[in-house]
Amino acid sequence: MSLNIDMEIKNDVLCLRLSGELDHHTAEELRMKAAETIERHQIRHIVLNLEQLSFMDSSGLGVILGRYKQIKQVHGEMVVCAISPAIQRLFDMSGMFKIIGMEPSEEFALQRLGVA
Amino acid sequence: MKNEMKLQFSALSQNESFARVTVASFIAQLDPTMDELTEIKTVVSEAVTNSIIHGYDNDPEGIVFINVTIENGLIEMSIKDIGHGIADVEEARQPLFTTKPDLERSGMGFTIMENFMDEVEIHSQPGKGTEVRLRKHLSSSKMLCN
Repeated sequence: MSLNIDMEIKNDVLCLRLSGELDHHTAEELRMKAAETIERHQIRHIVLNLEQLSFMDSSGLGVILGRYKQIKQVHGEMVVCAISPAIQRLFDMSGMFKIIGMEPSEEFALQRLGVA
Repeated sequence: MKNEMKLQFSALSQNESFARVTVASFIAQLDPTMDELTEIKTVVSEAVTNSIIHGYDNDPEGIVFINVTIENGLIEMSIKDIGHGIADVEEARQPLFTTKPDLERSGMGFTIMENFMDEVEIHSQPGKGTEVRLRKHLSSSKMLCN
């Protein structure tokens, strides 16, 4: 099973919807696609929708942290939504929620960023 | 009854999902919970990724070896490479420590293994390779013991 990356831009917010499996093998494609979109469209905030993500390991944490650092340079925010309990454990373990927000749905995440 | 399986494959990133799915299929006969299955898949993914990236520097000539034995609800796994090895294992175990921050590595691999398994042993020698030994008792087997 591979990773499917769906991207939608709303104002200066990138909605990044992932489905499938995010590991070292698929992280590279996500890094390239997301990094390029953030730069080209002058993205400031990211909503990361993980509702359909069935597997993630520490390689996923690395690439997510990488995009957080990218938007932090333009004083942006990252909000993750619809995260599964298994993946939430990885975020908790690595202290990601100290820097990244969490909302139950994409709608709430967009409201938080003042878009919806 | 003891049951054992061995697996070896090229150090290619596309084999990471093959490895975790294969180990999970083997473990499935113990009737683990979904959480336990996810934990097993995650730690296999972490150890195999370490071997590919750090052990072999992504050289597909390298071979990753996996050995899994199950006995009465105890899972023992060995994930091994004959790659570069780790100079300072204690340092490598620290949360967020990575030798490859430029590759966006999170440095959480060993921390995740320690959180998801009952026991984690790392045997490594520079120039000779690394073996990670992981042990976990499934919750269903723990209940039987009580």
